Amino acid sequence: MTDELLDVKNLTVRYFTEEGVVEALDGVSFKISMGERVGLVGESGCGKSTAALSILRLVPLPGKITGGKIFLEGVNLLEISIDEMRRRVRGSKVSMIFQEPSRALNPVLTAGEQIVEAIQLHQKISKSEAEERAIKVLEEVGLPNPPELLKRYPFELSGGMQQRVMIAMALSCNPRLLIADEPTSSLDVTIEAQILDLIKSLMDQGDISAMLFITHDLALISEISDKIVVMYAGTVAEISDTETIFEDPKHPYSKGLMEVVPDPFRGKRTFGTIPGDIPSLIAPPSGCRFHKRCMYAKEICAKQRPTLERIEGENYVACHLF
Amino acid sequence: MRLSLLNVAGPFAVLIGRMRRDKMALFGATVVTGLFFIAIFAPVLAPYDPLLIDLNYRLAPPEQGHPFGFDWVGRDVLSRVIYGGRLALIAALASVSIGVFIGTPLGLFSGYIGGKLDTVIMRATDSLLSFPYLLLVILIVALLGPSFENAILAIGIWSIPNYIRLVRASTLSIKEREFIDAAKATGESFLSIIFRHVFPGCASVLLVQSTIYLGRAIEMSAALSFLGLGAQPPTPEWGAMVGLGRIYLQVSPHVVIFPCIAIFIAIMGFNALGDALRDALDPRLRGLFRG
Amino acid sequence: MQEAVIEAKDVKKYYYLRSLFGRKRTVYAVNGVNLQVRRGTTLGLVGESGCGKTTLGKVIINLIDATEGKIYFDGKNILKLGSRREKLEVRRKMQIVFQDPFGSLNPWMTIKDIIGRPIEIHGLREGREKLDRVLELLELVGLEKSHISKYPHEFSGGQRQRIAIARALACEPEFIVLDEPTSALDVSVQGKILNMLTDLQKRLNLTYLFISHNLAVINNISDSIAVMYLGKIVEIMPQKSLYNVQHPYTKALLSAVPSPNPKVKEKRILLKGSVPSPTNPPSGCKFHTRCPCRVKKCEEEEPQLTYIDDDHRVACHIST
Repeated sequence: MTDELLDVKNLTVRYFTEEGVVEALDGVSFKISMGERVGLVGESGCGKSTAALSILRLVPLPGKITGGKIFLEGVNLLEISIDEMRRRVRGSKVSMIFQEPSRALNPVLTAGEQIVEAIQLHQKISKSEAEERAIKVLEEVGLPNPPELLKRYPFELSGGMQQRVMIAMALSCNPRLLIADEPTSSLDVTIEAQILDLIKSLMDQGDISAMLFITHDLALISEISDKIVVMYAGTVAEISDTETIFEDPKHPYSKGLMEVVPDPFRGKRTFGTIPGDIPSLIAPPSGCRFHKRCMYAKEICAKQRPTLERIEGENYVACHLF
Repeated sequence: MRLSLLNVAGPFAVLIGRMRRDKMALFGATVVTGLFFIAIFAPVLAPYDPLLIDLNYRLAPPEQGHPFGFDWVGRDVLSRVIYGGRLALIAALASVSIGVFIGTPLGLFSGYIGGKLDTVIMRATDSLLSFPYLLLVILIVALLGPSFENAILAIGIWSIPNYIRLVRASTLSIKEREFIDAAKATGESFLSIIFRHVFPGCASVLLVQSTIYLGRAIEMSAALSFLGLGAQPPTPEWGAMVGLGRIYLQVSPHVVIFPCIAIFIAIMGFNALGDALRDALDPRLRGLFRG
Repeated sequence: MQEAVIEAKDVKKYYYLRSLFGRKRTVYAVNGVNLQVRRGTTLGLVGESGCGKTTLGKVIINLIDATEGKIYFDGKNILKLGSRREKLEVRRKMQIVFQDPFGSLNPWMTIKDIIGRPIEIHGLREGREKLDRVLELLELVGLEKSHISKYPHEFSGGQRQRIAIARALACEPEFIVLDEPTSALDVSVQGKILNMLTDLQKRLNLTYLFISHNLAVINNISDSIAVMYLGKIVEIMPQKSLYNVQHPYTKALLSAVPSPNPKVKEKRILLKGSVPSPTNPPSGCKFHTRCPCRVKKCEEEEPQLTYIDDDHRVACHIST
């Protein structure tokens, strides 16, 4: 695909802890094209945050990327130096926003100082020019009175405003790819709606071209992505366009997830469940990592890991049923 | 196997495992165990009576059967050092116990109840802590009269405000945690919460700090005896041996050197063990594996 | 209609703070709440962060002292109990399950002690019988008997919540406040815990106050729903009336919930700004500063909860 932006191939990440080696990611693959909005969805421990951090090579110790390739515009990010990453990729080509804005923003610097710093790291412009750009981008994210806001410290802002500041910082250098790691999980639902609305309008205006949106909230992801990558216990279960995932999920785990999400409009009923528990990744289940909880499991599922196979168009499933 | 957090009540295996890798920990554990062993089996280990005077051998240097030589009245230095170990350990354990048994409840109540009680206790604590420690213990012994027991008392009194502060800090952070709320909701009484729920949380800090204080207690009791304010002659206490033997340093250094080395090793041992325990119990260092 | 087992009348909880420079501020966490919960039913209490729902939950079981107001349990005002015995009895009958499965269990106690303590405190059973009861409770919440000597850190989040529920059930309560019991759990685990809670409610005739910020969950588990904003209840209705919400805040809340069905794209009501600080609540209707349909009266006069239907009450000048 000529407008392929990101190509993650067989990414493997391990955490070497005292209790054992955690196989956090095992052969994760997915692609993002220019202008595409991809949602990465899964429960705790599925590795979605690790996958995102791997793209920026920010996996914290004791973790290490032990295999795979990550191509950004044709260049394997795992082969370039950290210095190159810092100068050319992080913040400029690929930006990231995090879950808790109050923790991701530096409490001792004003909002203005942080944005200007981000801008000046990647563009050779003067401080006043950077400030002008900062004001412009604060306006774009819908914050009132940007010149005044530049002087505010993060603790003086509400959660929603802090998140907008983070988005502003992330957009300030026109990244090709924006990675959003659970950006609204710590926000109230009405503020979340505001932020989602903002992200959608930024996408429509073209300020955000490609986006990787990470969340555990299926309902949320349906509103914001074209394509969804479903992850389970460090592996990719299914990659499909949004409509298909909801109407015709293929992977048994995806099916289970669809049933489990409570619908506010359906009234009192029992909740859907998936039997069993999320496995520990220190000694993960053999074969397909979901086989112990899968009601369609066959003998082969316990023995052999299913690979991602194309189902139709750009949809893929990793399951022996297909 | 699941991921496990370490807590004092949890498996010792992880603790020992961690410490096995640490050289300092090994050293500390060896010294401390050695000291306990010597203290308990002193009568068996010491080749001679530590009080036995033989004026024929005054200040005689080390020789066959007397590896540490003789002191100024002909007593076997090795035996005196061995019995000195017993006294050092007794002094340490007794004084630290005073601190633990009086300081801990005060710290618990001060931290948990807060308010005026806390203010009063903390003012008193701060006042005592503002004295240079040596001055404080010297003052107390001077008031009570020099003796081994009074030295222990003085060191114990020194340690009380330290324990109060320590336990209070732990208490303050534990009392905010949700399981304390849960305990109240269950109907636990005030005392029950403090001793069943708050106190166990202080246990690891107490353990670490007490180990270190044991070392400090040995240091202080040696210092007091050195000054003549602690154990009185003929008691074979290390500090006293150094203090009284000082004048013979040029002529017969062995009467001073061996007790000095003993003091040094003992204190180092407790410090090393305390540090190792602290590292092993520190939740933040978990998972950092150079692998 | 069953009578209300719990009734809160004009309950207020204010926190008095003194800032670093001596300035006195009051946090109006709960600012005059009236509600009832009928025996054997679940009242869902929904609201966003800072609305006071958790505080209200704790005040209702008298875990936190109320500043003002009355709380009736089975007809008796629990805030004005005389003897220690009566207070302990109320403690026994009113329990709570907290949100954080990792913080609400004492990490230094075994499961046996965690679940056993309530039994001991209330003198319900001793010795062998107590142990049997603990094992029974473990089974009731779907845990294995072999877990009894383990410590909390050896369990997953979902399992810890089951332990917390077992603890709450240990002293045979009648009323349980569930403060976001599944918010910290994965979605595939949530359903199991919630189904278990509903099942236990039927079996043991329990009454629940279910607190959550998640409207979807609230809607699926409650018999009645109360919506809270800045320390006040703005709407309270039976679950089926969710199709007919009246209060502008409730409408906005409902429309803000992301829908799992991509075909259902409701026209979303976006509220401007953020929630005012509970130290400085607006005059009149607390919601008027963000309300898309406010009129002058809203700024001046505080609306009271009024019946617009059999069981449906709203505090709004426009809707009534």
